[in-house]
Amino acid sequence: MGSLVQSVDWLAIAPPTVTAAVALVVLVADLFVPEHRKPLLGGIAIGGLVLAGLSLLPLLDGDRSTFCLTSGTRACSYTADHFTLVVQFLVLGGALLTALLSVSDITDSRLPSGEYWFLLLSSAAGAALLPAARDLATLVVALEVASLPAFALVGLRRGDRRSSEAALKFFLSSVTATAVMLLGVSFVYASTDTLHLTQVADALTQVDPRLDVLAQAGVALTLVGFAFKTAAVPFHFWVPDTYVGAPLPIAAYLSVVGKAVGFTGLILVTVVAFPAYADVWGPVLAVLAALTMTVGNAAALRQRPDRAHSAVRLLAWSSVGQAGYLLVPIAAAAYADDPGHAIGSTVAYALMYAAVNLGAFAVAGLVARTSPANRIADYRGLYARRPLAALALGFFLLCLAGLPPGVIGLFAKVTVFSAAVDAGLGWLAVVMAVNVVIALYYYLQWTAALFRPAEETAEAAAGEKHARVPLPLATAMTLAAVLGIALSGAPQLVLRFASGALL
Amino acid sequence: MQILLAATVVVPLLGAVAALLPAPPGLKGHHPDQAVLRHGVTVTGLVLALTIALAIGFDRAHPARMQGTTDISWIPALGIRIHLGIDGVSLPLLVLTALLTFLCALYSYFKMPEGPSPKAFVALILVLEAGTLASFAVLDLVLFFLAFETVLIPMYFLIARWGGEDRERAAWRFILYTLLGSVVMLLGLLLIGVKGGTFDMVALATDNGSGLSHSTQLIAVLAIGTGLAVKAPMWPLHSWLPDAHTAAPTVGSVLLAGVLLKMGTYGFVRILLPIAPDGVHTFAPYLAAFAVVGIIYGSLACLALARSGGKGDLKRLIAYSSVGHMGFVLLGIATLTPTGINGALFANIAHGLITGLLFFLVGAIKDRHGTSDLDTLSGATGAALYGRAPRLGGLLAFAAVASLGLPGLAGFWGEMLAMLGSFRPADGLSRPAYLTFMALAGFGTLLTAAYMLVVIRRVCMGGNGSQDTGLAVHPGASGTAVADVRTYELAAWTPLVALTVLAGLWPAALLGLTDPAVQQLLGGN
Repeated sequence: MGSLVQSVDWLAIAPPTVTAAVALVVLVADLFVPEHRKPLLGGIAIGGLVLAGLSLLPLLDGDRSTFCLTSGTRACSYTADHFTLVVQFLVLGGALLTALLSVSDITDSRLPSGEYWFLLLSSAAGAALLPAARDLATLVVALEVASLPAFALVGLRRGDRRSSEAALKFFLSSVTATAVMLLGVSFVYASTDTLHLTQVADALTQVDPRLDVLAQAGVALTLVGFAFKTAAVPFHFWVPDTYVGAPLPIAAYLSVVGKAVGFTGLILVTVVAFPAYADVWGPVLAVLAALTMTVGNAAALRQRPDRAHSAVRLLAWSSVGQAGYLLVPIAAAAYADDPGHAIGSTVAYALMYAAVNLGAFAVAGLVARTSPANRIADYRGLYARRPLAALALGFFLLCLAGLPPGVIGLFAKVTVFSAAVDAGLGWLAVVMAVNVVIALYYYLQWTAALFRPAEETAEAAAGEKHARVPLPLATAMTLAAVLGIALSGAPQLVLRFASGALL
Repeated sequence: MQILLAATVVVPLLGAVAALLPAPPGLKGHHPDQAVLRHGVTVTGLVLALTIALAIGFDRAHPARMQGTTDISWIPALGIRIHLGIDGVSLPLLVLTALLTFLCALYSYFKMPEGPSPKAFVALILVLEAGTLASFAVLDLVLFFLAFETVLIPMYFLIARWGGEDRERAAWRFILYTLLGSVVMLLGLLLIGVKGGTFDMVALATDNGSGLSHSTQLIAVLAIGTGLAVKAPMWPLHSWLPDAHTAAPTVGSVLLAGVLLKMGTYGFVRILLPIAPDGVHTFAPYLAAFAVVGIIYGSLACLALARSGGKGDLKRLIAYSSVGHMGFVLLGIATLTPTGINGALFANIAHGLITGLLFFLVGAIKDRHGTSDLDTLSGATGAALYGRAPRLGGLLAFAAVASLGLPGLAGFWGEMLAMLGSFRPADGLSRPAYLTFMALAGFGTLLTAAYMLVVIRRVCMGGNGSQDTGLAVHPGASGTAVADVRTYELAAWTPLVALTVLAGLWPAALLGLTDPAVQQLLGGN
């Protein structure tokens, strides 16, 4: 037996580590920075996220692993393969855009900035760790690191009853899901005697027949935890209230990074650990996907434009619907000969979705500065008041809907469709087509409202015209728009993940 | 050739972007609005010149061969290529699109529809043109879909922003119908792409469906056909059309009827016939039946609108007549014979010319009288355009007569060939059924003649030149003289009139282009 000491590849684990270290720096610095210099903390946080993003560059080969067993199978707990890198890029990029959105929001709503940045970075660190995790224990720890700070972030608006209620709702349902998932993980451990994903996969092919039911139950219960994070129906009910109650950047963060976390976990456990039970989770995920998109889109359709917070509510429900599309390729992976190919569609779609959804939230944040109620009705005539923001939002919404000029949205949907058709899930493709049409209806209605003449008085419009757009918010909007436009011109940039095997 | 074709698609897109930017110094003109409208005329004129150059450079000896092809890989992940090319089927449609858009831009330069800034208007027209030209020029299924969708958003805004009464609802209905159809179409296209292994139309057409199983072809034809049929439009999926036409501004109606509807029928010929021949064969009789119902239904609806007291709107009437005319096109396609399909393609072009002209004329009448309601317009005896604006009246009569299919004008050949095709449909199709369809279609031409003549009677004739014809009761149609055709109107309409006559007298020019290409698409050689 060789040495039990594992060597650590620090470069490989840099992305989550840098993020976590900067989180600690911010927390400590908060003690020493005087009140009027607090914006400095935001600068540190943004710089840290950029640094973490840059630390992905040396890893581009995608062949590093660390925390490996020194004997036997030499299975590793941390792997920086291409899949990991893409998801880490998504997570860190999403967190960066969120941070840019947050800068002005923190000063405006007087959120405690030290805590805010610490929590955001911690959550991002967990989310960046998760795609690299290759054993069930690391996976669960990463998931919790990503979630626990999020609860606090949601409830950060002190004295706001809705905010605390949202946090409580989010917390209770999330904790229940985690408990169920832990139970599932322990069942899987009991029946396979290992935690490493690849070894679980091997062991599950030859489970003792007496333990078969236990293993099946374990697989199903593990999925529940991730289904919750992705806000899949029937674990979606926390979404609208949480999004409305949380500070707007946090809602954006949850809708993109929170979802990415759920999907990555789901992909890792299903495709890497449980391929032997594809006949169990395949149909379950297919049904979940169909339900999720239908419920999400139907609810989004029913949002009345003049209700308070209807814009965020609509984005929340539509994100539930989008989660349904993201689930489709994972379900298809159960039927496909080459599951790595199918999940590439999910990753490509998630990248597209992250860019345009954060962009939409950025414009929503801009509008919320002048119309705090953030009703869809407030977007009427936005083009007359802020032509660029209106054009950007129109573009983001058309991307989400999948209509030209949002070419990338269309092609991302095409890859998801073809993953479903490829896997022989024709019925799912049809359900999705119906949903795409439902979604077109509400996205288009919102887009059309942007260009309608406004009904409000001239003074209100003039007042808004003079309000300056804060630089970080403008940067976030521009970044998202540039990404969306670049991807529309060269969809290959993300779609190549859908053709190459990622895992 | 290659660069010409690529430029045809790209120039309007660049023009659209340029239209949104402030005008460069020196090109400002008297007024920024005027500058941007002139920009629209310049760009569409350039595109027209490009397409004419394409037509001149087109090798007429081999119209069945794809010419001016560009083939670049765009998204290798999905196997999507930027594959452009034209043959005898697409070239006439390309020229028609460029011509009509140019005439629309010219017309708007002098007569901008009421609404918000002309900047957005010009940009939207140019995007619309790019999308339409692209859908006729691309040879990749996914790109075709992309181009097909591209036209929706500009058309929506053209109707919703610059339209007439009840425009928002009409625009909304238009976009929902078409989107519903096109999502179904996308599924069908993907099915073909996945099962056939490529999205390339030429490769798939060369296989002639041999790589696709019968059931795949059936599903694909049903799905794609539905999407195309909404656009064409085929009865009973046409109900968005009358509203959209009634509400759209004049140029919107012209482009909608003149080129957008053609994308539907073009898709039938370009995609379905060669790629899924078995599936088309199965569904052809149903398509023919729906087409004939459309012919009869459209004509009857027009008759109802045209009669006195029917509260008919002239624009709505012409929209319904489009349903009838497109019925002939679909009938021609459904015969699956070279004769029928050549007729369909001919009728496509003819309809674009004639209905484009009709919508221009009706728009002009509406501008002069403030209404296009037939009852208000004609009053007790008739609007007497012959007497009050003889040239306008004469043109309207000309267009109406061309539309009813008078021999010697463009409208005749397409419908005649479509019926001739259904007299002897392709092997395996039920001849008695097609004979019935032919008889019904023939009856439809009679009905068409009836309502068109009623329209001429009520709009052009009537009165006796004196003031007390009952028109005085209606302020919108006072008995005084109406402004006759203006110079810019004449400039916009003359090409359409000339081409209508030319196509009527010399159909071989067009049929010579389409026939070899059609033979090849049908797998004849």
